[in-house]
Amino acid sequence: MAGQSDPHLPMFTAPEVEFLAEDEIVEIIPNVRMGALHMICGDFGPFLPQIAVKVPLWLAVAMKKRGKCAIRPPGWLSVDNLTQVLEAERESPREFQALPFHYVEISRLLFDHARDDIPDIYMVRSLIEDIKGVRFHKVETGLETISGRTHAVKLKNLSAMEVNIVRPFLVRTLQAFYKHDSPQIVQPQGSLNSKRPQAADRGPRRDLRPR
Amino acid sequence: MVSTAAGATSSGAGLEGEEGESIWGEDDASIAETTDVELLKRAWRNEKAAPEILLFEAGLVQRAREQIQLLEETVEDFVENGTDDLIVSLYQMDLDRSLFLLRSYLRVRLQKIEKYMFHISRTDLWNRLSEQEKKFSKRCVNAMEKHLEQSVLSRLPYGYQSILKQSISSEEDDMVPEPKLDTFVFCKSKGAVGAFQLDDVGDEIVDLVSDDLYVLRYKSIKGLVEGGRIDLV
Repeated sequence: MAGQSDPHLPMFTAPEVEFLAEDEIVEIIPNVRMGALHMICGDFGPFLPQIAVKVPLWLAVAMKKRGKCAIRPPGWLSVDNLTQVLEAERESPREFQALPFHYVEISRLLFDHARDDIPDIYMVRSLIEDIKGVRFHKVETGLETISGRTHAVKLKNLSAMEVNIVRPFLVRTLQAFYKHDSPQIVQPQGSLNSKRPQAADRGPRRDLRPR
Repeated sequence: MVSTAAGATSSGAGLEGEEGESIWGEDDASIAETTDVELLKRAWRNEKAAPEILLFEAGLVQRAREQIQLLEETVEDFVENGTDDLIVSLYQMDLDRSLFLLRSYLRVRLQKIEKYMFHISRTDLWNRLSEQEKKFSKRCVNAMEKHLEQSVLSRLPYGYQSILKQSISSEEDDMVPEPKLDTFVFCKSKGAVGAFQLDDVGDEIVDLVSDDLYVLRYKSIKGLVEGGRIDLV
């Protein structure tokens, strides 16, 4: 059962995660005059030239595409901050630094659509790539520490896209361990296959291993 | 939405010369939390991530429908009286996004119903469905019963003809697919839930702090999800 291919309902796809990220609020500096927008997802504006205003990312990107605004990159998306984050990320092999939950998607969208609004874009971009790399390496090594005794995993500061990537591995692994470790399942099997001696005591099986 | 930001102060060099203002969008997120779109998004996420079907958000869906309809009419008016293209297209995008959320939410539920129709129709999960979903579920069950009956079951020997059981000697309904509540889910607590017991035995306790991300067994946090104290991601 554990190795069975997809017994699950489809989870979030990458575009769906991006969809969620597009609701994050960013600041834009419009170059047009436009009345306030009363939308289902909230009220935004009014828009006045050179006056910064907060809007969801999708709205910012849509206006940017038409050349109606400049997007002000969020504070965390700067060389200074990202350098610090990367350093800290490298120094603490078991912890993830605090970054916005959607940092991967937000930075990607801004790199794609607002490259001229981000100072030092090449530097920023490669820092983000490095941070992603370091964090993902941590996730991978973290996966190795999972054992039959793991019944809860704490992933403080793991971002949405990272969650989405590790989800299938992590869930399957935990499930498989849980299943084979669970006495309710193990016992009836043991009584059926009498030829295989049953490990009588598997020790305390619920041991929380927070990370 | 944003994880608790600790080291955001990079005001050293002042590249952009921004004042110490938080640009993390945190404060905005807490305001936006109350809109129906935000609620619908949460319902959609939870529904997608939970193995079993959750309670139908009747009021929320109703409100979302009304707002979508209203905006559809507004957009039509805009087109007629020649409002600026930019404004029309922005509203259209807002509309499309809301429609996507609503459709996807309803669709995930239908998928679950199709998958677990026998289980749902035989347990109190039935009460979590909307009227339309109940109708759909009944039709699904009928169609599936008829199909299995005609194609397979009627040709099997006596004792093996039940849709619900492998054979007449099965004590339980062992041919009914059930959602796996034992599965693990990613979740984020909204407020501090505090020390939380993971199972009946009680020898495993997790301290759920606000905004922490955990991977836990769905079964053990089921109550928290249903009570809206924890969000699945």
